[in-house]
Amino acid sequence: MQISEGQAANSNSRELLTFTLGKEEYGIDILKVQEIRGYDAVTTIANSPEFIKGVINLRGIIVPIVDMRIKFNLGNVTYNELTVVIILNVANRVIGIVVDGVSDVITLTAEQLKPSPEFSATLDTQYITGLGTVDERMIIVVDIEKLMTSRDMELVEAAAA
Amino acid sequence: MSIDMSQFYQVFFEESAEHLASMESLLLGLDLDAPDPDQLNAIFRSAHSIKGGSGTFGFTDMTEVTHILETLLDGIRKNEIKITADMVDAFLQAGDVLKGLLEAHQNGTIADLAPSVEIRARLEQLTAAGSQKTEGKGQKTESAAASGATQTAASSVQHIYQIKFAKSPAIFPKKTDLDTLLEDLSNIGKIENKKIAAKSVALTLITYVSEEELRETFSFFLEPEQLTVTLIGEQKAEEKSASSEDDLGYGFFVEPETLKAEAENAQGYGFFVEPEALKAEVENAQGYGFFVDVEKKADEPAAPVATAVQTEDGTPQRRATDRAPAGGAAAETSIRVSVEKVDQMINLVGELVITQSMLAETASHLDPVLHENLVNGLAQLERNSRELQEAVMSVRMMPINFVFSRFPRLVRDLAAKLDKKVQLKMIGEGTELDKGLIEKISDPLTHLVRNSLDHGVEMPEERIVKGKDPQGTITLRAAHQGGNIVIQVIDDGAGLNRERILAKAKEKGIPFSDNISDADVWLMIFAPGFSTAAVITDVSGRGVGMDVVKKNIEGIGGRVEIASQSGQGSTVTIRLPLTLAILDGLSIAVGDQLYIVPLSFIVESLQPKAEDIKEISGQGQVIHVRGEYLPVIALHQVFNITPRATNPVEGILVLLEAEGKKVALFVDDLVGQHQVVIKSLETNYRKVVGVSGATIMGDGRVAMIMDVGALVKFAQA
Repeated sequence: MQISEGQAANSNSRELLTFTLGKEEYGIDILKVQEIRGYDAVTTIANSPEFIKGVINLRGIIVPIVDMRIKFNLGNVTYNELTVVIILNVANRVIGIVVDGVSDVITLTAEQLKPSPEFSATLDTQYITGLGTVDERMIIVVDIEKLMTSRDMELVEAAAA
Repeated sequence: MSIDMSQFYQVFFEESAEHLASMESLLLGLDLDAPDPDQLNAIFRSAHSIKGGSGTFGFTDMTEVTHILETLLDGIRKNEIKITADMVDAFLQAGDVLKGLLEAHQNGTIADLAPSVEIRARLEQLTAAGSQKTEGKGQKTESAAASGATQTAASSVQHIYQIKFAKSPAIFPKKTDLDTLLEDLSNIGKIENKKIAAKSVALTLITYVSEEELRETFSFFLEPEQLTVTLIGEQKAEEKSASSEDDLGYGFFVEPETLKAEAENAQGYGFFVEPEALKAEVENAQGYGFFVDVEKKADEPAAPVATAVQTEDGTPQRRATDRAPAGGAAAETSIRVSVEKVDQMINLVGELVITQSMLAETASHLDPVLHENLVNGLAQLERNSRELQEAVMSVRMMPINFVFSRFPRLVRDLAAKLDKKVQLKMIGEGTELDKGLIEKISDPLTHLVRNSLDHGVEMPEERIVKGKDPQGTITLRAAHQGGNIVIQVIDDGAGLNRERILAKAKEKGIPFSDNISDADVWLMIFAPGFSTAAVITDVSGRGVGMDVVKKNIEGIGGRVEIASQSGQGSTVTIRLPLTLAILDGLSIAVGDQLYIVPLSFIVESLQPKAEDIKEISGQGQVIHVRGEYLPVIALHQVFNITPRATNPVEGILVLLEAEGKKVALFVDDLVGQHQVVIKSLETNYRKVVGVSGATIMGDGRVAMIMDVGALVKFAQA
């Protein structure tokens, strides 16, 4: 919530990159997105959870790839030339997430963003900034930084310990 | 303060810190009975540079302290004041005060001025006491005059040596090697009667340096028996260099009206003289080589030095360092570059090497006859990029002396605090290692040295009872060993006490078997909260430390080992990888995955025969290799992957040795040997058990680098 408030104060609206996981549409802060690329062969990491596919070489940087579809049991887990990886830049780390598809970039004003109700969603509500409505579409706005550094994702040392 | 100035602050802070550090190490190395004039000059220059810099930037508190420090130092190096242990203490204290002030400026906080006032009073008192004592003695160094050659030593007698040494291609592989040596010689003295024959070289050298120092010059090229140095005569220093005197005057800024006199004076001693003495002084300065009437000089007390120097307070100063004869050369040949730039360069070169191997791989599918030029070009590219890589890597390498240099002070202070007599020996200070390692090794090493001093070395009385030299010795040793840097902290103290450690382990509830080996007992002291010190001192004994030491060292890919002999002392050995960034490795295949095994751990690889593999019920397999039974670790089991070969006979066994234990690693295939650029997994991910890092292979794919130490531990579990 802090982030949304901070940015709302600046421009009263924010740009989000939206992607789909199964039938749900999610939005993340576009400033956290470094690039979007196709799915490449990954090098698996021994004894890591199933949703961590492994690491790839992104121009000399070793980047872990997380398959959100496996993590949240959404969508068809297949890998082909249409599989999309969003490379994120969060908490000084570079992390790639596999999603079903990237939709578009939308601008959401503060009025369009509603607080999320307390329901038991696939995604823990603590990572959801709010729900946005654009043209009859409901977009779940995710605090991607908080999610990626959380204990659940097992991506960060402190959380893993 | 204007913005323009503040952008130079950082450089000033860094330089001052360096000057303070070098001042400290020089002070500690000073022989009080016969202080080396070179060292005194160097100390003076350091103090002077700090003063100059702090004056420029308006840090007057620092200027004030250095000013008094400099006055006293100036007196000492001109033999007006005899240096005492008390003074060295005061200098060290002044160094600490300056460090404090420097930090305060760096952090933008207000420094506590009380210590600086105190030290100023102490230094002033010492200056006054010192100059009274020697007043009337006059100055010996006044016999100075100038000669063209720069002399680094300043003893007043020149030695004439007859030098003969062997010359063969083995000693001087390149012609330039001999030239270099001769150039070195001409830097320290004057070469005459040079005769270069086919097999030997003979020459006469007139120099100030002692025979010992002279031999050191040769030691780089020659074995001692290949060299004869005969002292054939001495000569009074009529031609003594002015250079050491020159710098007495440098950097002294005076009011315009006195400038002229000062400029002339500068050749002399940098202080004002009574008007009636001025003429003589100027004559002296111009008439090089004249011995000055000692009595005339004697009535000039040291005090005017202070007055002369006073005028420069607050006035902008030029940097004096560049003009310092000894320090100047080093300063000009190095540049200050931020680590980020170097790291960026290393990354880019790493990328280049990867691109190059990709190209090489693509080209390997081409017909070498048809594409001869391309193949040749690629071979050259490979060589060039390797060399470039090595050159860039070497930029990051620094001598370990950067860490070692802090220990003489630490040991000196700590020994005094604990009433122990300890000498510190340092061996291999020139050993180079990665800058990143240097930074990370300094804290663990400090812990180890403190521990050795506090727990290892006994009190002098106790040592006498044991028949040892009352003065204990702590040795710091650094050396390259294979692909590793080995750093040892050796003390000749009491050694570790097995019973006490085991008792403590019992108390802490750490399980151990009754016939636990000594090596395992020693490793217990790395357990968190483990301290066997009977009394907790403020030096050590709280039990935090050794576990941190171990953690820090393992964090940079190193290992710690302890050897100890009761009553003889103990040795802590730290093994570190040569660099954090590059590794020689063997790539191995398991299933569809490629792993890199660091070459330094590999003993051999073999295809096992069925009869050599033995099963131990519930323990897995062992292999019989030349009389040894080694446990077989199947990599596919450790990493949970589907292998191509499930029976060791179908695959390859790689024998690994780490932490003194050997294991056989069962893999599908050996792929090749590579030099790989180590990339951290932890930058974007987290630590993975059994993997020490990752690298990018020629085809752009990522391969994991195995943590052999962890694998060996796995075998024991």
